[in-house]
Amino acid sequence: MKRTLFYMLLFAVIFFCAAPFIWQIITSLKPSGELTSLPPLVSMNPTAEHFRSVIYRHQLVRFILNSLIVAASTTGLSLLLGSLCSFGLAKLKVPFSSPILAIMLSVSIFPPIATVSPLFIFIRALGLRDTLLALVITHTVFSLPLSVWILTNFFKTIPDDIYHAARIDGCRSFHIFYRIMIPLSLPAIVTTAILVFIFSWNEFLFALTFTSTSSRTVPVAITLFAGTHEIPLGEIAAASVIVTAPIIILVLLFQRKIVAGLTSGAIKG
Amino acid sequence: MINKDRGIRYVAPALAVLLLITAYPVFYVLYLSLHRELLIFKISKFIGPDNFFFLFQDDRFWNALKNTVYFSTLSVSVELALGLCIALLLNRSFRLKGVTRAVVLLPWAIPTVVSARMWELIFNSDFGVLNYLLGAHINWLGSPSWAIHAAILVDIWKTTPFVVILLTAGLQIIPGELYRAARTDGAGAWKVFRTITLPLLLPVILVVLLFRTLDAFRVFDVIYVLTGGGPANATETLSLYAYKILFQTLQFGYGSAISVMVFVCTGCISVFYIKLMTGSTPR
Repeated sequence: MKRTLFYMLLFAVIFFCAAPFIWQIITSLKPSGELTSLPPLVSMNPTAEHFRSVIYRHQLVRFILNSLIVAASTTGLSLLLGSLCSFGLAKLKVPFSSPILAIMLSVSIFPPIATVSPLFIFIRALGLRDTLLALVITHTVFSLPLSVWILTNFFKTIPDDIYHAARIDGCRSFHIFYRIMIPLSLPAIVTTAILVFIFSWNEFLFALTFTSTSSRTVPVAITLFAGTHEIPLGEIAAASVIVTAPIIILVLLFQRKIVAGLTSGAIKG
Repeated sequence: MINKDRGIRYVAPALAVLLLITAYPVFYVLYLSLHRELLIFKISKFIGPDNFFFLFQDDRFWNALKNTVYFSTLSVSVELALGLCIALLLNRSFRLKGVTRAVVLLPWAIPTVVSARMWELIFNSDFGVLNYLLGAHINWLGSPSWAIHAAILVDIWKTTPFVVILLTAGLQIIPGELYRAARTDGAGAWKVFRTITLPLLLPVILVVLLFRTLDAFRVFDVIYVLTGGGPANATETLSLYAYKILFQTLQFGYGSAISVMVFVCTGCISVFYIKLMTGSTPR
């Protein structure tokens, strides 16, 4: 009896989380004529027309490529700067190291809207408007606090003895960094990479303001999706399904790492 | 800690870009907020705090502030309550636990705008599945009183997973002996929850509240896509209002003044929670 209740509640939770996705898939497969009528809930004549349309007519592939380039570059840069910085903060003597860490973390609570107007002027002055580089720069900076936080916490768990031993053997600190620290920290680095990637892939405000046509990312493209006559419901659904699929795979594969990354610091600190 | 190395060389690059892209804009936005700044006409004139005086008489600003506070309060409290229930539900061993956790994570992982688009379809008043299932004819996104709640529902759906993940992790570090001891003493489930789970979970709950309140307070994506602030500004939040003034009317001075207010509110919220946190963990 108690067990049945448990599974019923569990089912309700799963349904609440998954139903909008399922509905999106169902909608994306409906022929245009059936989109604006209910019932039937599920179409008897599923079609791939909306998928073809978003790929061939709406250049979705291009926006996906933009998003991929931005998210991948952001992840790489954020990890590079973040891991160097974390190594310094966790293992070396840095003057004012706790205020530096505090400044970095305080950036993560900055409301993006409060910095968007100066950044817009800044980016325009540099001639970076409507470029992917503008997004890579801003995303990297706004993801740095997260990278530094997770990696510093992880580096601190690696014993100092390893560092001392390597030093005595004559290793320079930079060699210790990339020969010893980086390989030992791979799990934390993968976790950080996933979180930064998802952050950049999903970011909207900067992408909306700094890009106009050629450098649009997926969230912006989906927002500004407009049909010639009416709201292209089928296309929006198809596009949503296409951009959600990789995230679903990422989450299914790496849910443990994502959970570890989200909870690192929040629980201990 | 090692003495000989100058660690600052490792820290400097990250610190430099961070200061350039965040500290500098914070000062620049203050500077802008004290100017009449019209980008297209190349007008930039120092006007002191006039933008702020105007702001305090601007009904649309107060409306946006009210909407933002209402949105944050309601969505964060429901997320916390719902998240706590789900975390307690998942905090036991059962088959397919990994898959369940992954499904619960999904709404958090997808772009907010995509989730808003998904719900837009569900909320459609003429052929949306929600009205169909309820057998109702509610104009979810078109009527002022429903629209803000529709946006809150989407936010709850999208961010409860985050709350669940943090609370589940918090539950796992509560020592099992405590529960067993309480059981032997004959404490009921509610008593155990009230006297053991809740107090020990409190630090994590405060962290969750801090993150979520800050996040909800700067809400932009969901509302931009779902309602655009309408109908009749019923869902316009501070971030959205600032965005419209900045990039639709191109008044960079006044828009920056609104941004500064968002910043000030965010700062107050952080200080409030950090005070609570340092008060709740005796050291």
